[in-house]
Amino acid sequence: MAAIGILIKIFIVANVLMGAVAYLIWVERKIAAYAQDRIGPNRAGSEFGIPFGLLQPLADGAKMLLKEGVLPAYVNKPLYLIAPVIAIIAALLGFAVVPFGPVGPNQVMDFQIAPYVDIGILWVFAVGSLAVYAVILAGWSSNNKYSFIGGLRSSAQLISYEIPLGLSILGMVLITGSLDLNAIIRWQNEHHVWGVFVSPLGFIIFLVSAFAETNRLPFDLPESEQELVGGFHTEYSGMKFGMFFLGEYVHVITVSALTVILFGGGWDLWGLLPYLNYKDVGWIAAIAKLSVFSVKVAAVILFMMWIRWTLPRFRYDQLMDLAWKSLIPLALLNLFATAVVLQIVRG
Amino acid sequence: MRADDPCLKQMKPPELSLADRFFLPQIAVGLGVTARHIAGVMFRNKAITVQYPDEKHVPSPVYRGVHRLNRDEKGRVKCVACMLCATACPAHCIDIVGATAPETWPDREKYPESFVIDELRCIYCGMCEEACPVEAIELTGLYDLTGLSREQMIFDKAKLLSVFDATSNQEPMKYGKPPERALGSPTTELAPG
Repeated sequence: MAAIGILIKIFIVANVLMGAVAYLIWVERKIAAYAQDRIGPNRAGSEFGIPFGLLQPLADGAKMLLKEGVLPAYVNKPLYLIAPVIAIIAALLGFAVVPFGPVGPNQVMDFQIAPYVDIGILWVFAVGSLAVYAVILAGWSSNNKYSFIGGLRSSAQLISYEIPLGLSILGMVLITGSLDLNAIIRWQNEHHVWGVFVSPLGFIIFLVSAFAETNRLPFDLPESEQELVGGFHTEYSGMKFGMFFLGEYVHVITVSALTVILFGGGWDLWGLLPYLNYKDVGWIAAIAKLSVFSVKVAAVILFMMWIRWTLPRFRYDQLMDLAWKSLIPLALLNLFATAVVLQIVRG
Repeated sequence: MRADDPCLKQMKPPELSLADRFFLPQIAVGLGVTARHIAGVMFRNKAITVQYPDEKHVPSPVYRGVHRLNRDEKGRVKCVACMLCATACPAHCIDIVGATAPETWPDREKYPESFVIDELRCIYCGMCEEACPVEAIELTGLYDLTGLSREQMIFDKAKLLSVFDATSNQEPMKYGKPPERALGSPTTELAPG
């Protein structure tokens, strides 16, 4: 029975994620339009009285599915076909250990696909890094110089940004004393102190690295539609392209959820609202925590989109400079300072 | 010019302050700019979009769209088949067949029997309008010109006159009478080459 329950949970979570991704694309297009003094998609659905083009994601999805799947003759077929699959699998696997609500033996339900994983953060980073294989394989198998450069840039970017990303969370890990994401939320909830206040430098480094990790602007060098005509996905069309898109946005959701868990207090609200204590059990508490967490994640995602339409893309050497000369030393400094302070405070 | 020439102005990139080199203050300023635009569209209706089929953009009076053949007060075509527009046309898209004007039209010798403009060839430069001595051909503000075939885009005299009938209310003829300067004011005579 437990196995069926987990399967149902996976089914619901995966589908909610896909729906969220579809509407995130709509939100992104709206924000893009607003930032440029435009209106954005507002037609799809107006025949049925649905405002704001809210049916646009359905139309987009139908287009992706019904489009002819072009398979260029010059590509390396097995790798070309497997790359988008890797992209979406890596993105969805990473979400498995993200707790999006209360988790525990007394709770009504474990709001996490794989609960009680003590190495939660390590799993997210390990699987999340697999997504870069999708980009590299796509770029290489396309037999196209632009795609290839996109894939190469992606690998260089990954090597540069995994290090500050990993180092930046170590401060929080030292403070909370656990790699388990639930324990990190619980520590912040117990003390009513969010990670962003105890480890502000770590937060900034994490956020910058997360932008690079998810290939979002200002670090979307593998795509670079201006100079690389789309980069690694130039040769992809139809649903194969759609899978890269889904993968990218699921990655964005995962990274935003991680930001909230590590530095935004998870579902903690400084005790301003009832039912938001880790001791609270029952459905009301579960739904309250789930809602607060979702709102926070949505806020982080909106911030990422806001940044996208504010900053231009970094040049390749500037990106390397930023990672190796600034972020890694700062992350090490942050780790060292945290360790020293903890040693003094806790003896 | 040598590198140490005093006429050369040496330009240096602006010095970045310490805060600038951390990027973050400037990023905050940039976020403020985009936030202003996003809020302007969301709450103050500042989008510049014209929702085309529902509302139509009105181009400036000097916009060069579809041609029209003007009529005079009696409803006759103003054109006198002088061929100046066809000669001036850089795209060679105007085809005029002139004929002797009927006896009842004492003010002119010729009139166009047929007047055809290939709207697909036309580059909408407006030189025909400038060349015309009797203000007979004008470019209107019509910009949503469509056709289902190449034949439909070849406008004959009847169609060009119907464009005038359709647009003469919104866009009166640019010159009711010949422009002032052409009438009497002294102009520089071109020296014969």
